[in-house]
Amino acid sequence: MNQNDQESRDLRRVNLDTTLVESSETLDPNELPDEEICLNVSSLSLHYGEALALKDISMKIPRQRVTALIGPSGCGKSTLIRCFNRMNDLIDGVRIHGRIELDGTEIHDRNVDVAQLRRQVGMVFQRPNPFPKSVYENVAYGLRLTENLPKSELDDRVEWALKSAALWEEMEGRLKESALGLSGGQQQRLVIARAVAVKPSVLLLDEPASALDPLSTLKIEELIAQLKSDYTIVIVTHNMQQAARVSDYTSFLYLGELIEFDSTANIFLNPSKQQTEDYITGRYG
Amino acid sequence: MSLGSWIKSGDPWIWMTASAVGACIVAVLGLLGLIAVNGLAHFWPADVVSLRYKNDLGEFILAGEVVQRETISRDQFLEASPNRGNVDGAEFERWMIKSGNRKFDPPDFRWIFEHEVVEQQKNEEMIVFERAEWGNAYGTLVAIRERGAEIASSYSWDELQDRIGRVEQLRNQARKIQKGSINRINYKLEQLRLEEQRRNLREEERIAKLERNQERLSQLSDAERSRLLTFNIETADLEERRRKLNDEYGLEELRLRNIHGQLDRDEIEIKIADGRTISIGLRDIIRAWQPNKMSIGQKIAHYFSSIWVFLSQDSREANTEGGVFPALFGTVLMVLLMSVLVTPFGVIAALYLREYAKQGPFVQLIRIAVNNLAGVPSIVYGVFGLGFFIYLVGGSIDDLFFKAAQPAPTFGTPGLMWASLTLALLTVPVVIVSTEEGLTRIPNALREGSLALGATKAETLFRIVLPMASPSILTGVILAIARAAGEVAPLMLVGVVKLAPTLPIDGNFPFLHLDRKFMHLGFHIYDVGFQSPNVDAARPLVFATALLLVLIIIALNLTAITLRNRLEARYRGALI
Ligand SMILES: Nc1ncnc2c1ncn2[C@@H]1O[C@H](COP(=O)(O)OP(=O)(O)O)[C@@H](O)[C@H]1O
Ligand SMILES: [Mg+2]
Repeated sequence: MNQNDQESRDLRRVNLDTTLVESSETLDPNELPDEEICLNVSSLSLHYGEALALKDISMKIPRQRVTALIGPSGCGKSTLIRCFNRMNDLIDGVRIHGRIELDGTEIHDRNVDVAQLRRQVGMVFQRPNPFPKSVYENVAYGLRLTENLPKSELDDRVEWALKSAALWEEMEGRLKESALGLSGGQQQRLVIARAVAVKPSVLLLDEPASALDPLSTLKIEELIAQLKSDYTIVIVTHNMQQAARVSDYTSFLYLGELIEFDSTANIFLNPSKQQTEDYITGRYG
Repeated sequence: MSLGSWIKSGDPWIWMTASAVGACIVAVLGLLGLIAVNGLAHFWPADVVSLRYKNDLGEFILAGEVVQRETISRDQFLEASPNRGNVDGAEFERWMIKSGNRKFDPPDFRWIFEHEVVEQQKNEEMIVFERAEWGNAYGTLVAIRERGAEIASSYSWDELQDRIGRVEQLRNQARKIQKGSINRINYKLEQLRLEEQRRNLREEERIAKLERNQERLSQLSDAERSRLLTFNIETADLEERRRKLNDEYGLEELRLRNIHGQLDRDEIEIKIADGRTISIGLRDIIRAWQPNKMSIGQKIAHYFSSIWVFLSQDSREANTEGGVFPALFGTVLMVLLMSVLVTPFGVIAALYLREYAKQGPFVQLIRIAVNNLAGVPSIVYGVFGLGFFIYLVGGSIDDLFFKAAQPAPTFGTPGLMWASLTLALLTVPVVIVSTEEGLTRIPNALREGSLALGATKAETLFRIVLPMASPSILTGVILAIARAAGEVAPLMLVGVVKLAPTLPIDGNFPFLHLDRKFMHLGFHIYDVGFQSPNVDAARPLVFATALLLVLIIIALNLTAITLRNRLEARYRGALI
């Protein structure tokens, strides 16, 4: 390692340090008491047909914190996050071994209602996917499925959800407009509002800002910071600055394996694995 | 530029493709133009010319409309009239004259050669009479007679029109009685007959059951036994109702006879071209007009009223005269029923294939089979419809629910329902294919978005997938309609007739009579054009009917296309 390399790495460290100041007090996730664990993953393996995509993953995701999943493209981040609301059930030929407990209940149990689980574990995808309906109907979609709310309460919930997603001010007069006419950033916040409206306890965000411009990305990050007091958030991101800015905990995945899971401060300032250090310092791009 | 490099440049290819498209457009427009011109010309009140012409057979006087002019070569001329070789000329113009007056001055269409015409004039007083039978009559009015006695204002055109108006009113009254109350009474009488038959069957069944039950019979006294075994049904109430209906019938019949008596009151005398005077009962005359006297405005008014008559009235004279309303009605109703049947069927099949079935070689095989089904000749569907729907399904329905009517079949015979079902079967592949196409255009991200909110698969289908697929579904229905509305061959086997006595919808419960036979424009064209005894008289109607059929298909399509475009605009941007 030559002088220049060392310098540039230090520079990065410094950058990360400044963003990490606030969250540096978080504890080691593996030592948290049980009641602070929201999702408990143990020995989780997943095959797509014959191909192994996740290999023996165990991690405890803390309640009402932001946990980031980082790792190079194709390492299984999406696959893992989609396990938490059983979206992988929809794919032919997927086999899952191991356990995932949500608040102490195994989500693969026979008597778990998948629809109910998904209402509890909301999900936002990489590309905004608003339904071709009005803004209002998009937010009300999940509510109409189960809760038979009277019109006024439905209105209130829609307003509340849009406020939670920091979208109310922009959308107040445009509720009847088609959601397809919104900008990408607005669409993504609308999708978050849609997920929040059904009052989940967990929010899964799979690269929620990767298709957005920097300003919209900033808004999403601010939103995550607001939401974390009410929700357990799991966010996949390939942007390490973002992981450092928004998350309390970070796990690093590589080729389907969980390499390291720790407080974000530790991962970025003091990784215990060489692979983690190589990745965050940019050795694998 | 050399030829080689010109070919290389791709220009010839553009020219070739463009001219192929051009040829198609010319062919379609030419076809439509031919149909439109011929069909629409029929309704124009053409002038009546009076002609004197002379040839080797003698001298003739003729009055009529010139319906066609053509030039023929000398060879053709000689072939048509071999003993007129002494006439000079390389080309000859000949006219087809519609001289009408069938029955007293046949034939009603004749060709004459222009060079044989000696004198030609237009008589202002010439009247065209549209008769209920035997086509038009041409002549001038000589007298109007009421109950045999000539009336004072005998030659008045207005008087004639008034009296024709009166006859029309009477005729409408008669039709109303015939199609309204008499039809209703007949229907009720038939229902009564069926009810009695049902009671008979029930009684026979009761006795047969008792006879099989020897044990019970042996316990009965002789008197009791013979009482129970005697055929005995209560029909007093039916008789009472029947008597009432028959009384009503008698009353209506009396009214009808009265009207017919009134219809016979007036008679006119006309002088036809050859100078003879002919008398015609006014009841036989539907309309009369004086084309040579009409202003252009009057002609236009007459033109549109003729078109209206064509659209709104029943046909007469073995379909060669009058309107096409029953056929129009039958076609539209059948197509609508077909759409109602084919849409859910096709959509559900496509949903299964695309959304539920595990994709693999088996599903692919089904898909190929469905695609190929669209290529099966339509007459095969007709045969299938006849064998399966009518004989098997319809026969079973009759055995189960319409026993009383037997041996006359109710559903075990061609009818509206089977025709619609057969065409639905014929067009279902189109709907399946285009629905499937629509389903593949819906991004998976939206399905996942819905599922991630806790929707079940069915909820996702109904709330997201189906609405978004609706433009494609409609496209399928449009194609299905286009195919079904023009189909004739299978219909001839499963429900279409030359002349249906009643419409499939009327005021008698259950209002829509799926078991009835119906008329259809496509078959009407075939029937009028090829089965009618008077080809020349029928020809314009063939074109007019063809034009109407094309217009209906276009109208049905345009409606569906507008609807489709509106839906598509809503989902544009969300589809792949
Ligand atoms: N539906 C699928 N079928 C088969 N293999 C898949 C499927 N989805 C993802 N994979 C594979 O699983 C691995 C992990 O993918 P993914 O979880 O999408 O990675 P990441 O989100 O980290 O980029 C990749 O090798 C990918 O090719
Ligand atoms: Mg991914």
